Amino acid sequence: MKIVSGIPASYGIAIGPAFVFGHEELIIETNSITDPEAELQRFKLAREATGKQLDQAFLVTKKECGIEAAEIFNAQKMMLEDPELVGAVKNRVESELINVESALLETSEIFASQLEAIDDEYLSARALDIRDVTSRCLRNLLGNFDSPASSLTEPAIIVADDLTPSDTVLLDKSYVLGFCTAKGGSTSHTAILARGLGIPAVVGAGEGISEIQPDDSLVVDGDAGEVVINPDEDQLTAFRGRQKKFLKIQAEAEAITHQPAITIDGHQVEVVANIGNEDGIEPALEAGAEGVGLLRSEFLFLERNNLPSEEEQYRSYKSIADAFGEKPVILRSLDVGGDKDIPYIDMSPEDNPFLGVRAIRLCLERPELFKPQLRAALRAGYGNNLKLMFPMVASVDDVLNVQSVLEQCRTELREEGQDLAEEMDVGIMIEIPSAAILADQLADVVDFFSIGTNDLSQYTMAADRTNAKVATLASGFQPAVFRLIKMVIDAAHQKGKWVGLCGEMAGEILAIPILLGLGLDEFSMNPPAIPFAKRLIRSISMEHARQVAETALDLKSDGEIREYIQKAVPEVNLS
Amino acid sequence: MPEIKLTVNHKVGLHARPASAFVQTAARFNSDIEVTHEDNTVNAKSILAVLTLGAHQGSEIIIKAEGEDAEDALKALEELVNDNFGEN
Repeated sequence: MKIVSGIPASYGIAIGPAFVFGHEELIIETNSITDPEAELQRFKLAREATGKQLDQAFLVTKKECGIEAAEIFNAQKMMLEDPELVGAVKNRVESELINVESALLETSEIFASQLEAIDDEYLSARALDIRDVTSRCLRNLLGNFDSPASSLTEPAIIVADDLTPSDTVLLDKSYVLGFCTAKGGSTSHTAILARGLGIPAVVGAGEGISEIQPDDSLVVDGDAGEVVINPDEDQLTAFRGRQKKFLKIQAEAEAITHQPAITIDGHQVEVVANIGNEDGIEPALEAGAEGVGLLRSEFLFLERNNLPSEEEQYRSYKSIADAFGEKPVILRSLDVGGDKDIPYIDMSPEDNPFLGVRAIRLCLERPELFKPQLRAALRAGYGNNLKLMFPMVASVDDVLNVQSVLEQCRTELREEGQDLAEEMDVGIMIEIPSAAILADQLADVVDFFSIGTNDLSQYTMAADRTNAKVATLASGFQPAVFRLIKMVIDAAHQKGKWVGLCGEMAGEILAIPILLGLGLDEFSMNPPAIPFAKRLIRSISMEHARQVAETALDLKSDGEIREYIQKAVPEVNLS
Repeated sequence: MPEIKLTVNHKVGLHARPASAFVQTAARFNSDIEVTHEDNTVNAKSILAVLTLGAHQGSEIIIKAEGEDAEDALKALEELVNDNFGEN
């Protein structure tokens, strides 16, 4: 028995055998052959098998993530059938009398390095595609399917160093009991996927999980962030009991999720959803979301080669806002730069992209990017409850600058005789410490705040949230971050403005009593967390939450705060 | 060998979807088809080769075809490029 600690990324307890998702290097030897025709026939069959797998990946990805993301698999298929590649492999097999694996690997590596040598990000990515599709074809040749998820045919817990979208696309999700990964933080692909599926996950567990062998007995405790390897009978019994309790709480939570989030002493808050595109509408409404606290607009800009037109943006924003009717939908203006890059927008490389020209800093420099979005939002907000919010505000001047562009757009639309939302509420994200410090000044010039704890934590703690080594620092349970949140809420309330929170923290069950006690008005989270948040809020009193928040803000560390909340508010324990 | 000279107007050049559409169109014909950009000449039916050409927006390319359907192939490719790869 061994316990490994990581980051709790998705609630619940998973118990089952390990499925080790191997990224092991394929070892390809060069062998002499005597029958080139038979060798080329093997190549043909392997290409056909690979083609079928890519077709399947295309269909699954198209369904789960849309056509743009799926097209990568069609491109890979073309590469594998490329006449130059296939011809060169054939020549080598016939003239050098070597095995096709060796000929294919060496030939595709020549093409990959040629593309890589051209200084172009798009072509470098294609080099990865050639290697990826080559490796898939080699696995088919060797009959080695360790990496492809297709060998997951029984319920199991997925163990991996880290998982990419193309790794997970072929996993049969009905067999996935839980995830544990060595790398990644609470916003990694695995974490997001697990929450989307409502499956327990622990990420960033480090080297400790590398010793897990296939079919080891595992427990993934997504509440505590622990992975137990080969637990003994007593532990298993205890975990089965906790799993049962979790499932009971989950059922209770789902039963009340369409009721308001109101404490037992009558204090009501809003619980809303974070969504990324039209596909998020239905899960949000089903989970009982009372609106959308964060509509990320990046979805319209990613995975394509040109800017979306104003018309395209308008249609998309309007269909989402209309779907929620009178419920609020908060659209965040384009937040790119930092770790989110858009290849067709020419951005000069920066040493410190998180501290560089991102979000409104980029938009203010590029009216051709910014104005169509603002015009689309103003038009889309006619006849519904669409609100607009700006990310990465550092000063009052930032707000005045974006408002002046917004006002220009309003004037233009009026002159054109277009229908537009004249009274649209405009808010800002509080995610830079300076904005939290200046919250009293900023509250004078906006209608609402939404605290972005992912960035606020990383900027406050000087800890890169994409770096697993400092992930705990950036995880947000820091006394300094809670104190900033308190400053923001107090300043806004003094000016009669409301405050939401749309970072990961809003859906973290342990944070909710503190945020509630600090007076947060709106909690915006991923839809799967909504039932649990509502159940918790409905089971505690505002008076108790205030006391808890006051005590928590005097504690000195992330660990002390978590421990205290678990004791002071037993309702947070889901299992 | 018949040839035509064209300018790539698409924003991303002969990359991504335009490159795929170009190669897929060329592959429909039996003729041998070559595409030249600057000093490089490659097989127009090879996506990997076409990508390495590095033809950007505004690049001039020369397409040559040889075979029974050479004229039809050039016509189809000319239409595709001039139609901005079907994205207008």
